[in-house]
Amino acid sequence: MKLTVWTYEGPPHVGAMRIATAMDKLHYVLHAPQGDTYADLLFTMIERRNKRPPVTYTTFQARDLGSDTAELFRSSVVDAYDRFTPQAMIVGASCTAELIQDDPGGLARAIGLPIPVIPLELPSYQRKENWGASETFYQLVRALAGPNAPTPGSEKPPRDETRRPRCNLLGPAALGFRHRDDVVEITRLLADLGVDVHVTAPLGATPEDLTRLGEADFNVVLYPEIAGQAATWLKRTFKQPFTTVIPIGVGATREFVREVAELAGLDPKPQLASEASRLPWYSTSVDSTYLTGKRVFIFGDATHVVAAARVATEEFGFDVVGLGTYAREFARDVRSAAERLGVEALISDDYLEVEEKVAELRPELLLGTQMERHIAKRLGIPCALISAPVHVHDFPARYSPQMGFEGANVLFDTWVHPLMMGLEEHLLGMFREDFEFNDDAAPSHLGAGHTAPVAAAAATFTTPEDSQDAGQTPAAQKHEQKHEQKHEAEPQTSVALWTEEADRELKKIPFFVRGKARRNTEAFARDRALDRITLETLYDAKAHFGR
Amino acid sequence: MSLIASQPVQDVPALQQQGGCTDAPVLRERGQREVFCGLTGIIWLHRKIQDAFFLIVGSRTCAHLMQSAAGVMIFAEPRFATAVIEERDLAGMADVNDELDTVVARLLARRPDIRMLFLVGSCPSEVIKLDLSRAAQRLSKQYLPAVRVLNYSGSGIETTFTEGEDACLASLVPELPAESATAATSLLVVGALADVIEDQFARLFTQLGIDTVRYLPARRASELPPVGPQTRYLLAQPFLAETARRLEDRGATRLAAPFPLGIEGTTGWLKAAADEWNVAAETFEKVIAAPRKRAETALVRHRETLSGKRIFFFPDSQLELPLARFLARELGMELVEVGTPYLHRQHLAEELALLPAGTSLSEGQDVDRQLDRCRAARPDLVVAGLGLANPLEAEGIRTKWSIELVFTPIQGFDQAGDLAELFARPLNRRERLKV
Ligand code: SF4
Ligand code: SF4
Repeated sequence: MKLTVWTYEGPPHVGAMRIATAMDKLHYVLHAPQGDTYADLLFTMIERRNKRPPVTYTTFQARDLGSDTAELFRSSVVDAYDRFTPQAMIVGASCTAELIQDDPGGLARAIGLPIPVIPLELPSYQRKENWGASETFYQLVRALAGPNAPTPGSEKPPRDETRRPRCNLLGPAALGFRHRDDVVEITRLLADLGVDVHVTAPLGATPEDLTRLGEADFNVVLYPEIAGQAATWLKRTFKQPFTTVIPIGVGATREFVREVAELAGLDPKPQLASEASRLPWYSTSVDSTYLTGKRVFIFGDATHVVAAARVATEEFGFDVVGLGTYAREFARDVRSAAERLGVEALISDDYLEVEEKVAELRPELLLGTQMERHIAKRLGIPCALISAPVHVHDFPARYSPQMGFEGANVLFDTWVHPLMMGLEEHLLGMFREDFEFNDDAAPSHLGAGHTAPVAAAAATFTTPEDSQDAGQTPAAQKHEQKHEQKHEAEPQTSVALWTEEADRELKKIPFFVRGKARRNTEAFARDRALDRITLETLYDAKAHFGR
Repeated sequence: MSLIASQPVQDVPALQQQGGCTDAPVLRERGQREVFCGLTGIIWLHRKIQDAFFLIVGSRTCAHLMQSAAGVMIFAEPRFATAVIEERDLAGMADVNDELDTVVARLLARRPDIRMLFLVGSCPSEVIKLDLSRAAQRLSKQYLPAVRVLNYSGSGIETTFTEGEDACLASLVPELPAESATAATSLLVVGALADVIEDQFARLFTQLGIDTVRYLPARRASELPPVGPQTRYLLAQPFLAETARRLEDRGATRLAAPFPLGIEGTTGWLKAAADEWNVAAETFEKVIAAPRKRAETALVRHRETLSGKRIFFFPDSQLELPLARFLARELGMELVEVGTPYLHRQHLAEELALLPAGTSLSEGQDVDRQLDRCRAARPDLVVAGLGLANPLEAEGIRTKWSIELVFTPIQGFDQAGDLAELFARPLNRRERLKV
């Protein structure tokens, strides 16, 4: 049993959903209780997708147990087929259904649907989300491309020289960090190089597309966590070589161009000569001198961490003081990257351990996931995101790849940006005693000595993400008070006197709207020439202004 | 006092409808549900009971649900966590009870401020028949008097969303101290409310002359309210079937009332208590006059937006019927379908009577079929969970996230306007957007 508060990865069936949701005309029937439907919101809310994930949950209940959960599963498959008419289906169990052992694969096969039905065995009590995504993609590729495999041992026919070389683009999935834009960027790069993309998968692919994977000359693996296993199988089965360089950063992108050119039998020189990244010059220009030797800590999935470590040292001139990953399956890659940099790798999926490490190392910049963003906020360290898991604001509206030459530009901007903010914060810190920014600059009507942290008094349970738990660190409280100041540090002109009761009530309003409530009430009192603000005044004002 | 002239609520046309929905037919669905499980209640309960900790005994899925359903991650270490069952626990390589004891010991050592620990069962713990009530007894013995250990199930195979709060509060009832038989009659308000609302109600009860008013859950687990034959209780939430049953076992009596949403609901709810305490009619009128007037004022502007608009509820929190009643009668909205995960006829009798006759009610869910009905009806506004909202918006149907209705203070007179605004905002937004 493991005590867990926040997790980097969901259960493996969520990984399967990331594949199903990325694809078209594939449907997933998941034997699971009703609460597991929460996973839909990962896609509809966090990734802002405009369609429901193609998932049917059986939502069995306690009363179904032991009697007819199997029948429920069977009828769910039949109904889902009739309603959604997919080209193929994947079926499997979530953690609870795994325990009741209904054998979804066997049940679905027995129905005899006229489409491929692929059973998934995803052990929920051992494995996690990325493993689930990789396994699902691999099973799909095997089941769908497999029937078109050449007889084992046969020679690969030479490429038809009348057409351009072509490759598959493997790995981009739903909920991936910037996968959407990486696909665009790399497709463009390949096109310029003279290589066509045959199938991109799973993102945007149909099951039928997967049957054609074997027709490409080679594979480009963008995210080994998801596509490594499938690419290895394709290599064995179709003799398709695959790329190993991840094109993140200028140096790696150049290497990637060379690797692809070699696999495609092309000349990389024209492409390299026309390379369009501003990063080399931006990093060289004198303005960037202050980046030299900045101490950075890097955490995330293995691919992004290893790539970021290289970019940080070679292209920003940072010092990497520590790095790590939550993905045990790829610990080896991260360990060897750490070794090259002379630091120790942290392999852990416990964010508290990561926080401890960061607190100990006190880096000047944290590159990580949404979890590290929170750690950074708590410890007051600038932070930029480089890896999943990420939240809704990391699915930007603008084009924002991580890969290729444009991706390098994006890296430069996003990693430098929080550091500027850091400078501003120093300024604020230096002038803390400024009468407007001062923590103690509570309005005079609160009386002398009223300097208790305002945030501690907030009492509704509708709290913002920055909770007001008593167990909070001082750093976090400071962070909240900063919020307070932003909202409340407005100049006070002759205001009515707050009665103690009304003032206490005001404190119960969440801090992020409290400043507004205070101002409105005072304006209301001023308009009516009231000299005291009572509870009644507070609520009269609330009613008057509405929302 | 507000200077804006208010429009009396009686002008709402829906009020003219007679008969209500007391005996109305209900469409019962038993297909795929798109709702949270009872674990989700922990997200507000752990904020409400300030010295309690919720330890889910479950899987990675349960932990991931908590993280995702909270919408955002809570910045400080929250007072909940999941003890994730692993392969070795299932394979019998580790004794699950020993493992649990170790986890609890570590947890309590780190959080000395905790006075009450809930062991919360999940689907996996139920399916492997892990006896959490025995574990709770064992641990209580070990940690009392410092920490009381209780258990309830929030599993998705047994509880839907808000039923988790019901299960939690029900587990508290046997722990409540007995109220002496000679005590004066006391009022118990049952169901988690935001503190600010609790305080508003407390002031109104005081003004009505009802002295002894207690709340379940109390803000601190160490301050359990006593209960006995002298207890009269008012449900503040419509989803508390089991809690109510156990309170009655302890001798308490329910005051039948509508739920305190909107002017009518709040008035009826307070009136139920006032009548029990024989508060004179004019005293009652005097006490509620000012806040009611404010609420009326606040509703006027939203009525303009909402009146005549057609609304469709997907089942979510069991708050659907009281909300529909408020929207229909006080804001003039037309009810296309009111779905609820579970319909408790007795607790909702007053609500059913107030609903416009002919309202189509559904209980349970078959989400694809309900989506078909919704698309066919093309309502102006749909109340739905987070999994359905954006897909419906993309189809051009305006939505209101249902989860906001359980995370926002909406009860009582002074929140009536805020509640209406939650429904008006998506419609206002559509008016503004020119993209
Ligand atoms: S439905 Fe069951 S398994 Fe799923 S999150 Fe809820 S309690 Fe856990
Ligand atoms: S700050 Fe954290 S919890 Fe809040 S939205 Fe961003 S990633 Fe999510």
